[in-house]
Amino acid sequence: MTQPRLKARLRRAERTRVLRALALVLPLGVFLLLVFFAPIGDMLFRSVHDPEMATTLPETAAALREWDGIGAPPAPVTAALIRELPQTFSERKLAGVAQRLNHDISGFRSLILSTGRQLDATPESPDAGPADPAARLAAIDERWEDHAYWAALRRASFNFTDFYLLAALDLRRDSADRITAVAPEEAIFVTILGRTIEIAATVTVLCLLLGYPLAYVIATAPGGTSNLLMILVLLPFWTSLLVRTSAWVVLLQNEGVINGLLLASGLVDKPMQLIFNRFGVYVAMTHVLLPFMILPLYSVMQTINPATMRAAASLGAPPPIAFLRVYLPQSLPGIGAGGLLVFILAIGYYITPALVGGANDQMISYFIAFYTTRTVNWGLAAALATLLLAATGVLYSVYVRIAGTAGVRLG
Amino acid sequence: MRAGREAKSPPSPAQPHGAGRWPRRILVAYVALVLLFLIAPILAIVPLSFNGGSFLTYPLDGLSLRWYAEVLTTEKWLRALTNSVIIAVPATALATILGTLAAVGLSHSRLRGKAVITGLLISPMIVPVIITAVGMYFFFAPLGLVNSYSGLILAHAALGAPFVFITVSATLSTFDNSLIRAAASLGAPPLTAFFRVTMPLIAPGLISGGLFAFATSFDEVIVVLFIGGPGQRTLPREIFDGIREHVTPAITAVATLLILFATALMATMEALRRRNERLAGQRKEP
Repeated sequence: MTQPRLKARLRRAERTRVLRALALVLPLGVFLLLVFFAPIGDMLFRSVHDPEMATTLPETAAALREWDGIGAPPAPVTAALIRELPQTFSERKLAGVAQRLNHDISGFRSLILSTGRQLDATPESPDAGPADPAARLAAIDERWEDHAYWAALRRASFNFTDFYLLAALDLRRDSADRITAVAPEEAIFVTILGRTIEIAATVTVLCLLLGYPLAYVIATAPGGTSNLLMILVLLPFWTSLLVRTSAWVVLLQNEGVINGLLLASGLVDKPMQLIFNRFGVYVAMTHVLLPFMILPLYSVMQTINPATMRAAASLGAPPPIAFLRVYLPQSLPGIGAGGLLVFILAIGYYITPALVGGANDQMISYFIAFYTTRTVNWGLAAALATLLLAATGVLYSVYVRIAGTAGVRLG
Repeated sequence: MRAGREAKSPPSPAQPHGAGRWPRRILVAYVALVLLFLIAPILAIVPLSFNGGSFLTYPLDGLSLRWYAEVLTTEKWLRALTNSVIIAVPATALATILGTLAAVGLSHSRLRGKAVITGLLISPMIVPVIITAVGMYFFFAPLGLVNSYSGLILAHAALGAPFVFITVSATLSTFDNSLIRAAASLGAPPLTAFFRVTMPLIAPGLISGGLFAFATSFDEVIVVLFIGGPGQRTLPREIFDGIREHVTPAITAVATLLILFATALMATMEALRRRNERLAGQRKEP
């Protein structure tokens, strides 16, 4: 008889514990939801949300959604456009739609604005008879006879779109709604994505080449030396990113320290270009990210028993073989964790390439910022951010499998 | 340079024979170069800040404190320092309170989905800051949180909280929960037990998490670029613009002060870490 009651009491006690845990987690959870997850969710939504047409030219958009997109636009579409366009133009509400359409077909902005202006300036006289709306549009601008413009209008009429996500991959829908590659001269994003991966991968390999031997020496050196070496790794880690970046500018610029030494020693007779190019990006990013490689490597190497190497040697393995067959395999988790961490951090880098790179060294983050603030194309910025976030998420889940949820080893 | 000399001393535990000294020497030389690469840029910038002339190159044109005098008397730099502190202090406090509560809640709990919750709570640390910044730029504008201290404080608290959460969680993982039961059996209410027993023991983790959060805010520039206005120009923001236009010796003076600050931060963290290790070691011994 007592057993079920005990069970119930245990269950209740457990429930209280769970509730208390949740109550303590809740404040941070709610805070992050409002300040962090909501803004990111909002941004992801922007990459597929396309409300301009539907809200500014609602009747036209509704008529366009009814159309199957084949052949000439049906009469309800042209009639609605002729009705809504001049009114919206006179209310000065056309700019958003014009910009949205211009993202699809360059030059659409001026077409839609000038058509709106002319329709507004010459209202249809009642005695002119029921002029064909399509013919009237064609008379204003012959581009209205081109199916591509109507297809673009139709693509913009839905509330949701894959337009920006496709554009971020150099793809678009043609007038028959099939996914095709954009014109070669407009294709820039695949190059940028490739460049981002190339830079991040190169920096990861450089960090591994520089960091592995150093982590090994720190892990195998006696206590005092090991501590001192660790401090030399941690000082840059704790130093402001901006300070380290400005240090590299001071060292590498044309009138900088390294060029000064090179000129003074007579090795070169004019300054070498060491910055605002790929070399500068590699040097500065490797410097900034190297501690993130060394720390995970060190924490794995610390656990490797040196006796295993001695055992290998006593069994006759020459040092290189012993290293390759005994030490390296045991350090693989550190290589995986450090490599992924550096790669994850590197693909999202913005400040360092922006300050020490040239025009051809900018990574995806730069273009997210560019489309947000310079040329306002928030849908495209959001789509690029979505790609970067997805890549980061996938890599991070792999990282968690290797290194556990505790995340980055701090300090 | 100093690094190289120190690195030569360690004996090689992994080197069984006296015969193979050369591989070890090559390794030590290589590692010395890597350390030089890590430290030299930071050390190279320090003497330049004492340069009497205004060129950022060696040899120095006499020693002087003029660039420090310039920084410490210029409205721009003083304003930037004030702004950085105005944002970092409340952001750190918020991050420390929220991060600690969450870490205490999740520690020793058998909550289902704990891994997922942990992953979500530390995600501000993983998501590229440019994404966070752009998201906030869109989202905060209609709420009146751009061009304001409050927006930046909230944003920096979100970026700093994961660090507190992780360091406090790490300290709590070595925390013996029977201490709480002992306190309870002696009649301490849960809150008293928390402040009198848990807090003193997790204090090192809490302080280092707070320092991490402070350093994060103090060094953050991307969110400031997007949602900060002309009234919220922080130190990193001024340095960013300085590097973009022209690196002046005044920037090297600011940089030197920040390196000093980083050194103090690192020394505090090392002291906390050692104290924690010592305490953990004591607790493990019978």
